[in-house]
Amino acid sequence: MTALAIRGGHLLDPAAGVDGLKDLLLKDGRVAEIASPGKLKNAEGVETLDAAGLIVAPGLIDIHVHLREPGQGYKETIATGTAAAAAGGFTAVAAMPNTTPVNDSPDITRWMQSPERGAHVRVFPIAAATRGSKGEAISDYAALKAAGAVAVTDDGRPILKDSAMREALAAAARVGLTVIQHAEDTRMTQGASMNLGPVSFKLGLRGMPAEAESALVERDIRLVAEQRDAHAHLHVAHTSTAAALNAVRQARRNGLRVTCEVAPHHFLLTEEHVGLYDTHAKMNPPLRSAADRDAMIEGILDGIVDAIATDHAPHATHEKEIEFELAPNGITGLETALGLCLRWLHGEWKMSLGRVLSLLSAQPAALLGLKGRGTLAVGSFADVVVFDPKVEWTFRATESKSKAKNTPFDGWTMQGKVCWTISEGRVAYAPPA
Amino acid sequence: MTPTATAARRTLFTPPLPEPRFPYNPGSMLSVLDLSVQGVSRLLARAAELERMDPLVRDRILLKRRLALLFYESSTRTRTSFELAAKALGADTTLVSNLSSSIEKGESLKDTGLTLRALGAEAIILRHNSSGAAWLLEASTRLPVINAGDGMHEHPTQALLDLRTLLAHLRPGVEGVDEKTLSGVTVAIVGDILHSRVARSNMLLLPRLGARVLLCGPVQLLPDLAAHAAAGVAIERNFDAALGQSQAVMMLRIQAERLSGLQLDLDEYKASYQLTGQRLAAHAPAALVMHPGPIIRGMEITAGVADGVQSAILEQVTNGVAIRMAVIERALKHENGGRP
Repeated sequence: MTALAIRGGHLLDPAAGVDGLKDLLLKDGRVAEIASPGKLKNAEGVETLDAAGLIVAPGLIDIHVHLREPGQGYKETIATGTAAAAAGGFTAVAAMPNTTPVNDSPDITRWMQSPERGAHVRVFPIAAATRGSKGEAISDYAALKAAGAVAVTDDGRPILKDSAMREALAAAARVGLTVIQHAEDTRMTQGASMNLGPVSFKLGLRGMPAEAESALVERDIRLVAEQRDAHAHLHVAHTSTAAALNAVRQARRNGLRVTCEVAPHHFLLTEEHVGLYDTHAKMNPPLRSAADRDAMIEGILDGIVDAIATDHAPHATHEKEIEFELAPNGITGLETALGLCLRWLHGEWKMSLGRVLSLLSAQPAALLGLKGRGTLAVGSFADVVVFDPKVEWTFRATESKSKAKNTPFDGWTMQGKVCWTISEGRVAYAPPA
Repeated sequence: MTPTATAARRTLFTPPLPEPRFPYNPGSMLSVLDLSVQGVSRLLARAAELERMDPLVRDRILLKRRLALLFYESSTRTRTSFELAAKALGADTTLVSNLSSSIEKGESLKDTGLTLRALGAEAIILRHNSSGAAWLLEASTRLPVINAGDGMHEHPTQALLDLRTLLAHLRPGVEGVDEKTLSGVTVAIVGDILHSRVARSNMLLLPRLGARVLLCGPVQLLPDLAAHAAAGVAIERNFDAALGQSQAVMMLRIQAERLSGLQLDLDEYKASYQLTGQRLAAHAPAALVMHPGPIIRGMEITAGVADGVQSAILEQVTNGVAIRMAVIERALKHENGGRP
């Protein structure tokens, strides 16, 4: 493998406590050396990226994406989804198992990671928690972990049965995996296509009550508490309601291993953004009330939220150009996450750059136990994002690297432009010349 | 930027809402909110004019213009009155229904709309079982789209014909309206509010003319949050109390096809919310009784009341033709600086 030096940049590595001008040498897919500007010892003649005036940070990690393969390549492929990830500054993504067929087997888990998929950045499969994600018999966690799965979930098809969830938590704890729950009591959301509230009433749409989320989070936390000694790890996916976040906060106070993520759309948008049936504002969990949105912002600023994850959910254009109630849930997110976080969390709400980057790299890496990621300490994987924090730019969905264009952030102003994304020492994204 | 108060300890600026894009076509009538109060007034006046006009003169107004009626749900009143209204103005109409078209083969609403446009349709009148369908059709075709009922959402021409009926009785002789025309008037809307597009359009329209709207029904069919739908709207769950305050009462059918698993004890419902002759005589002996139809005699309303002297139900149907003539003319004449 060739080596690569990044010189003159401002290294911001919250996990390693580094925040200053540093040169980096990447070699054989790892960070080989870090030195004060101009002081690299082993970088003679090595290809160099000039990062003067730029931020050099651990590559971003999105622990909640849908890459649609196997089976739904018309929406997205592992190749196109990871190209979008690289363009967004991500060097690792965790891929959800609601593929066709459902990823509940070591074979599919390995297939997703095979070099033939043409991934531009590292893909970590998250396997189905139950066979076929049917919410009944749990899958073989030891075998899935051995094949590379980093967590288990039935994302999109929450595990409602207490017995199944109890067993999933216990079995996952035994092999050291996290159970990720899409918290939605689907018995309360039949036929619903947005948040339940005055807006859904006005639009004549059936609504999903906030309690459908919080009730299941509370149930899951009870199950974690029941087997406290097993140290089960529950991770709440795409938290969207104040009540669910409060439940997580309470569980943490009680010493339970409960973590959560929030998606950019849930801390930026509200149910009002559905406007007049904009299917790019349709996702599950839905955009919530302003009070819930504000609670997500507070939770991020307070530190109760462990990670920002996009829930990147690509769909073909024709699938979204239909009646709101019939349109599929989800929006893309990989290419807008950094720009939105920098613009709003850092720029508008004054969260430090280090904390924002930590929510997008160090914390999600720790959450899923991705060793050697989320930091640029010597010996770590050479997963790097180099970006210009000062550049304001406009996101255009048509220019997206994703196959899909279903985003509510088309035309939005972003802060911070990715210059290079380096995945295990290789340049995975460089801006068009 | 919208300032947002959070936990009383800081005020955060959050992303603004996008600018509304609808309607794309000024001839469209997707919602009653597409009309200003002045626009409502002009439309009512024009409906009266068209109704009085010599039929042989009237049928030259839109001579050979092409209108498509696209119906994804069954309909008697709305479809027939749109059709009669269009024909009275001389327009050609074609009816496409979901049961006898390529919609059955899976053609999307967008493609159906584009196909009708390619066939020369100059405007589309849409009845659809999905809320918001009219907006999708308008965005896809950019034609004038008249919303003839979208799911549980809106039915603007029904609200306009209801208004015409109300005015004829409560403000006889008045053809134009303003923000105060219905001041002092309370209209009760009773029954299955949750699933009713007629209720939504009326509660968005009538308060803008000064009326107070009282919503009445059991909590399963009338959630508390309905009270936030518009200014001038309130909830009164006691039917007798609502009747006692109202100059007009709009009864609604229970939409069994939209209940989707909702449990409702119909005997209990009738005991509390059926409009009977006795109830009417006791609490609203002078009130106008309205119903958008179809009526289910013996359920929300007794036959005696439906056929009684206070009933304006058939008058509503008749008014539909005049209103829809004006709405269709507006749709097709808008680009020519037409009226209203």
